[in-house]
Amino acid sequence: MAMTIHVDVVSAEESIFSGLAEFVVLPGEAGELGILPGHMPLMTRIKPGAVRVMMPGNKEELIFVAGGLLEVQPGLVTVLADTAIRGADLDQAKALEAKKMAEEAMVNRGSEMDYARAQAELAEAIAQLAAIDRLRKQRH
Amino acid sequence: MPGSKEIRTKIKSVQNTRKITKAMEMVAASKMRKAQERMRAARPYSEKIRRLAANLSQANVTEYRHAFLGRAKAAVVQRVGLIVVTTDKGLCGGLNTNILRQSLNTMRKWEAEGAKEIRVTCIGNKGLGFMQRMGANVVSHITHLGDTPHLEKLIGPMKVMIDAFQAGELDAVYIAYTRFINTMKQEPVIEPLLPLSGERMGTPERSWDYLYEPDAQTVIDELLVRYVEALIYQGVAENMASEQSARMVAMKAATDNAGNVIKELQLVYNKARQAAITKEISEIVGGAAAIAG
Repeated sequence: MAMTIHVDVVSAEESIFSGLAEFVVLPGEAGELGILPGHMPLMTRIKPGAVRVMMPGNKEELIFVAGGLLEVQPGLVTVLADTAIRGADLDQAKALEAKKMAEEAMVNRGSEMDYARAQAELAEAIAQLAAIDRLRKQRH
Repeated sequence: MPGSKEIRTKIKSVQNTRKITKAMEMVAASKMRKAQERMRAARPYSEKIRRLAANLSQANVTEYRHAFLGRAKAAVVQRVGLIVVTTDKGLCGGLNTNILRQSLNTMRKWEAEGAKEIRVTCIGNKGLGFMQRMGANVVSHITHLGDTPHLEKLIGPMKVMIDAFQAGELDAVYIAYTRFINTMKQEPVIEPLLPLSGERMGTPERSWDYLYEPDAQTVIDELLVRYVEALIYQGVAENMASEQSARMVAMKAATDNAGNVIKELQLVYNKARQAAITKEISEIVGGAAAIAG
């Protein structure tokens, strides 16, 4: 039997995947990452995109993540997935909005956040499309 | 039959109230189950991230220390942040009252101990209203979270607090929420959130010498912010489970009370009716006797 590693994909809201894999492909911050059993301990950020888990028996699981963190230990891969698209600017925008909301104390909810939100939704949509695209290619 | 109509109307209205409280009880019961599931679903993440943070706090003593870990606890905490988690809606017993009372007492205690500035972040409508009435310095808030707490909505309000701590504007940040123990028991707690305490994270079973990409600082920053967020999220999820079970218990009590009121009113109504019948009979008998006589 081929060597396997245990893979856990969890988000703050739920546990998404847990199981054994032969090979994992992730969108790392510095580029695509392929992780095989015995990979050296690594910790990195991951970008929004698809996590591909190759399971024993030629099965494959495709998980869309909106970014997050990756931890690799010998024999164990943990993906801490974000539930929302994150980015310094976007987080800042959210914080600013929260501040402003507190200052205005619930007087009208403005549309200033719409741009940042639309941007986030767009980024997510693009990543999702890419994941879907890859899925389609595999089928054909 | 004087008064019997009023009693009948009263009975009807209490019966309607009972129907509503009964329905709310059942809704809360089903929501409670879901809220508990969500609370449990969030555990693997917080467990994993806790372990990672513990690993990092051990592994990086020399390389880089983050503000969340590095800063020693100040002897006199002068500037405090408090995140108050309450519900959006009422009708859940003493849940919000308890947590808000405890928050207020703690804030008074801090002030007595020399705290100069207290900033408050409110999660939930009830806490926001209360804190504004009390004239607290509310720096951020979020309301109308619905039945499912989404981390996305929490990021902004949380970041205001976390940034203030990171910038050194706050010496400590606390979180106040209602911990879910079981359906019948919920407990208001105020826990220290920042600076992160070593005991809470525990000691790692084994520490790894990680390779960081792009560099240790960026990754640790991201991780610790997420760890703090996960702690807050866990608090919010627990608060929601507490809310639903408190509401279920409160509504059950209301339904039972309405039942008792109906029983009593029924008794009064029956007595009044009986008295009226007796009176009528005696009048007829008296009238008949007068004619016969």
